[in-house]
Amino acid sequence: MSILEKIFTAIRGGAREIGEAIVDNNSVRIFEQEIRDAEDKLNQAKGDLTEVMAKEMQAARRIESLKAEVERHEGFAAQALEKGNENLAMEIAEKIVELQSELDEQERARKSFAAHVERLKGMIKKTGKTLTDMKRQLVMVKTTESVQRATTAINNNYASSGSRLLSAKESLDRIRQRQQDLDDRLAAGELLKGELEGENLQAKLEAAGIVSNSNKQAQDVLARLRAKKAD
Amino acid sequence: MVDLGNLAEQLTAYGAKAEDDGFLFEVNTIPGDVDVLQVVVEDRDELPIFVSASESQLLCIAYLFRENEVREDAIADMHRAMLASNVPMPLSSFAVIDDQYVVFGALSVNSGIEDIVHELETLASNAADAIEAMQSFLK
Repeated sequence: MSILEKIFTAIRGGAREIGEAIVDNNSVRIFEQEIRDAEDKLNQAKGDLTEVMAKEMQAARRIESLKAEVERHEGFAAQALEKGNENLAMEIAEKIVELQSELDEQERARKSFAAHVERLKGMIKKTGKTLTDMKRQLVMVKTTESVQRATTAINNNYASSGSRLLSAKESLDRIRQRQQDLDDRLAAGELLKGELEGENLQAKLEAAGIVSNSNKQAQDVLARLRAKKAD
Repeated sequence: MVDLGNLAEQLTAYGAKAEDDGFLFEVNTIPGDVDVLQVVVEDRDELPIFVSASESQLLCIAYLFRENEVREDAIADMHRAMLASNVPMPLSSFAVIDDQYVVFGALSVNSGIEDIVHELETLASNAADAIEAMQSFLK
């Protein structure tokens, strides 16, 4: 069963005690150990790969030089035959057989190293992928655990402070209340702005003599009274 | 691993600096088995955000409502609505933790303070929007 399935089953089961881990600590430790083992295996394989590749290159170099040797001795043998020196030619031919045999051996070795390199490369790729996957799964387990512990801490904190998380209704009420407050403030701002503009207009009208201001009105009253008294 | 105490200080400082054009943060540390930060984004005090850190991730969670606040006949429709909103909703996703519906965002522990601030502001707004959007499914 994949880690995600395990987590899913554990959560769906719902039979957990508060604070009980979804994946127990012991299996997390075992899993972490498996990851470390896989990492060791990967590093070992990388070390082996370097070594085997070096050996393959050595064999290839040896093959090149043996081929050159064979060619050189074939030349010698031809010259010996031209000069009619059968004994020497035979001796050279024996040397060529010896070189050829070593060449065959080196070819076999190179093939075997090349196959080993392929195997190691395949293994490194596979182990790398497995390792990435294991680490991703470990993150899932640890995150699940971390969320669980955080939730416990939050709940305990609410419990100890006598408060609690709000219900959706309470949250909505508060959101609406704040929206209303904001609207009210905006409306009040508009009102105030209107009033100020109204006052400005009044002042302009008075200055233009279109409407009379209160001071002028009072003076008018006094003037009327004085005129009455004079009568 | 993110040091949450350090993050709390950075957030408070960031909020104070951004007083004119940004959001203010009120940050409290909740002690426990793992440390959790309670972050209240200015004007969003009904939906605090809880921040916790694991080895690889920083998790920011806003609790929306409990399962028992949802109308029994509306649960399937609500789940569909949540799944449909998950992709368009910026940076956050719906989820369930025990019996609580939540919206959450996950960040790499290597995130900078600006990314974290952006996450928190977005999550706070998403949470308020989410509650309003889901109210027709509630009792």
